[in-house]
Amino acid sequence: MPLSRAFPLAGVAALAATAAQAETITVATVNNNDMVIMQSLSDAFEQSHPDITLDWVVLEENVLRQRMTTDIATGGGQFDVMTIGTYEVPIWAERGWLTPLDDLPASYQADDLLKSVRDGLSDDDGVLNALPFYAESSMLYYRKDLFEQAGIEMPEQPTWQQVHDWAAELNDPDNETYGICLRGKPGWGENMAFVSTLVNTFGGRWFDMDWEPQIDSPAWQEAISFYVDLLDSYGPPGASSNGFNENLALFSRGNCAMWVDATSAAGKLYNPEESTVADQLGFAPAPVAETPKGSHWLWSWALAIPASSDAKDAAREFITWATSQDYVELVGEREGWTSVPPGTRVSTYENPEYQQAAPFAGFVLDAIQGADPRDSSLEPNPYVGVQFVGIPEFQSVGTQVGQMVASALTGETTIEQALQAAQRATRRTMERAGYFD
Amino acid sequence: MNKTRASGRTVGGLRTLLLQAPAVSLLFLWMIVPLAMTVWFSLQRYNLLMPGMTGFAGLENYEYLFTDPALWSAIGTTLLLVGWVLAITVVGGTLLAVLFQQEFLGRGIARVLAISPFFVMPTVSALIWKNMMMHPANGVLAWLAESLGLPAVDWFSSLPLTSIVIIVGWQWLPFALLILLTAMQSLDDDQVEAARMDGAGPIAIFFFITLPHLKRAISVVIMIEMIFLLTIFAEIFVTTSGGPGLATTNLAYLIYIRALLDFDVGMASAGGVVAIVLANIVAVFLVRMVARNLDN
Amino acid sequence: MTTKTQSMSAAGATRAANGPRFGALSSRRLWLTVLGWTVAGVIFFPIFWMVLTGFKTEAEAIADPSLIFSPTLDSYAEVQSRADYLHFALNSVVVSFGSTLLALVIAIPSAYAMAFLPTKRTKGTLLWMLSTKMLPPVGVLVPIYLLFRDFGLLDTRTGLVIVYTLMNLPIVVWMLYTFFKDLPRDILEAGRMDGAGTLQEVWYLLLPLTLPGIASTGLLAVILSWNEAFWSLNLTSSQAAPLTAYIASFSSPEGLFWAKLSAASTMAIAPILVFGWLTQKQMVRGLTFGAVK
Repeated sequence: MPLSRAFPLAGVAALAATAAQAETITVATVNNNDMVIMQSLSDAFEQSHPDITLDWVVLEENVLRQRMTTDIATGGGQFDVMTIGTYEVPIWAERGWLTPLDDLPASYQADDLLKSVRDGLSDDDGVLNALPFYAESSMLYYRKDLFEQAGIEMPEQPTWQQVHDWAAELNDPDNETYGICLRGKPGWGENMAFVSTLVNTFGGRWFDMDWEPQIDSPAWQEAISFYVDLLDSYGPPGASSNGFNENLALFSRGNCAMWVDATSAAGKLYNPEESTVADQLGFAPAPVAETPKGSHWLWSWALAIPASSDAKDAAREFITWATSQDYVELVGEREGWTSVPPGTRVSTYENPEYQQAAPFAGFVLDAIQGADPRDSSLEPNPYVGVQFVGIPEFQSVGTQVGQMVASALTGETTIEQALQAAQRATRRTMERAGYFD
Repeated sequence: MNKTRASGRTVGGLRTLLLQAPAVSLLFLWMIVPLAMTVWFSLQRYNLLMPGMTGFAGLENYEYLFTDPALWSAIGTTLLLVGWVLAITVVGGTLLAVLFQQEFLGRGIARVLAISPFFVMPTVSALIWKNMMMHPANGVLAWLAESLGLPAVDWFSSLPLTSIVIIVGWQWLPFALLILLTAMQSLDDDQVEAARMDGAGPIAIFFFITLPHLKRAISVVIMIEMIFLLTIFAEIFVTTSGGPGLATTNLAYLIYIRALLDFDVGMASAGGVVAIVLANIVAVFLVRMVARNLDN
Repeated sequence: MTTKTQSMSAAGATRAANGPRFGALSSRRLWLTVLGWTVAGVIFFPIFWMVLTGFKTEAEAIADPSLIFSPTLDSYAEVQSRADYLHFALNSVVVSFGSTLLALVIAIPSAYAMAFLPTKRTKGTLLWMLSTKMLPPVGVLVPIYLLFRDFGLLDTRTGLVIVYTLMNLPIVVWMLYTFFKDLPRDILEAGRMDGAGTLQEVWYLLLPLTLPGIASTGLLAVILSWNEAFWSLNLTSSQAAPLTAYIASFSSPEGLFWAKLSAASTMAIAPILVFGWLTQKQMVRGLTFGAVK
């Protein structure tokens, strides 16, 4: 590997110090495509680092998150590398659970990382606590063929009202083509990621400056009514159990005319082997309503080293390799350029091969750079995060509210009941956490 | 060895103690150590995500727990789930046992197939049902409904608890079948034959001879299943995550939410204590009733 | 037990020899065959479908259900390239059989004492043992995790064996108790007359006589341990991770996954399913003279 060749002497010195003892590091990661590719390419890392052996723990996102949190909070020391998101990094770093990455080698080119992504993973002094593996925002995918047939032209910045009208026009359930696909599966990282951006752009926010929940506010009412009505009328059946994966499968099989979701889906939708609509794929910025603020999210999956790891140096070797420009190139060569982990490095977007293979690159870059987690709602709010609230309580709050929204979507409760219940549950959680003392 | 009965009993008492010691003391440790820790934590302010906020909380955790509207709904869901699955497996298991008791071609193989679900991991069976059976668009059931010209059912959104009951019932039906079939094999054929001679129809025979004979076996099924059904978790976790709303949140799942989403160890521990109390109430009433049956 | 089966088969033989009803029986038998196989087919269908899906491509897996396709092993190859099946399977075998053996060794003396030397508290102890199983494990996860961390048991097979042993102990003790209790007293009395000590009594008389019962108890414990998915996921990471953890890495990834999930699931349940099929006769035989006689 070029990376290790860059400082062979350091490597030799380290080897001598540890008496050539092979070190095993345990890498905990999500079973997303990009991570599976990382696992399959890791033989390249092991070849260039014969003194390091990798042990993989690949789990489904929810299981992984609970597993890692239990371990890191109790100092279990089971993992040397953890795959965590923009939500966890600042919270865990503040508690001293992560190893600050303050002495990255110059060859890593930390300046090459996209600023908004980098900021999300750094503390106030600009020290990185985790290295971004891939990053995403959200945008609107649509079927060019269906839009052309209906004579609709996609404006530069679509609004939600327009999306509603188009969905009505393009909805064709008899042919299993639905007007719009959106997330409905409950979970703070599932339906609430999307719903939060919708609420933001409708002018709402999670909390006011005194941490009073705002879920029963008119903006939420309006946004949720819009969402429920849209999916009920023009969405696929079973929308309340569709998360990112389910919608990805639906859209790639041609069942959706439009879909608003993560930019990281673009590579998959654009890959003709995985998607039947690859040649008809259109994209536009995420729709807006009252305000453009917070209308699209910002998320990254990052690799971090827990403070409880006993193989920090080896772990650092690995995460700098897996998030390097060389790694991006390796994926490009072996797996094709549409499969490279997006959203992390300026150099990826400057790469002509990537630009050519991924016509969506510019959109994605703009979306990621345009998302501001510190200013995500019309009225001021006290938190950091677009589609989440950067406090430890949010996992629970988001999940509970997500369940309520899902029950409104299935019609089990009315929208009003659901939002009131969500407001009460959230207030209880915040009260218990001592926000109102 | 010709001791009198009385002395035998005292020696026996000591022996009993010695023999029981390993199992009882281990179980005691297994129960008491976590239990003591659970009770202790339930009186503490202890959140894994808030390392700074610790200290004695008194009954605060319980107060929050008991004012949580989710608690009562979760207890209700727990009992509904247990009740329905028990009803389905006991009734279905008895009928199946009668069926598989009859002689027919390839009975041995058919029987093996019918008890197979019991060997399948709960996570796997939940995943099969969720994805390949009950998926609203691509599942086998949706396809069946469509071929019959019916609208596809969106199982986990419109009938969440029913779906869970179906999955869990499918897993435990074979267990009931196995136990009840075993019991049926010891049914006295002469008695049945005699009843038939007296002009009793198959239904009368079933109700007056077979069913009473199965009483003890049914008690066993109820008792063992109850132990597992009260703590059903994997099936809910994989399929509905307790929703929509609170529709499928049982007590075990509620404690999971507190323990592994909120990481509120204090609150989860209070929930654990409530679960233990609930389990013991169930144990006192139901298990005792069943145990009486077992003694006969 | 033996006499009972004999008399049963004798009764069966006489019934079969009853010539005159043969014709009526055979049409009845036809109906029963159809009904029996239909029911068995419906119950087994999800498993059958899963096995079938494992041999499909991902696109075929989500297409309309079809029995006609050209089977492929691609999903199996893909699954194996991501996680070494044998590593997980070996852990499952070691942990489930190890914990079962340990549970039997601990439970036999205890069940013996309860069955033959009952005291006033025996019933209560039994009930209490069983009620310990009704506590949702998630409620004690954090305490157990802390204990495991301090004793260095995280991600070790030893740790899982301990947990499973304790988890299954109540059921094992209770089942053995019901087997022992039904043993004719005079046999043991006779042995005692001959001067057998407790250990000899257990070893030479009790165990041989109740072996089928012990075997079926053990089989049940193996199945329960094999399928346990909470502790195994939370207390292991890589070294000791059994098949339940293996499944969790394929359970809901991005993109199409039904074929891969089916392939992984098939591999995960195949050993225990075959084991169950092979031993079900034994299980039934054991149960016939214990709890459910």
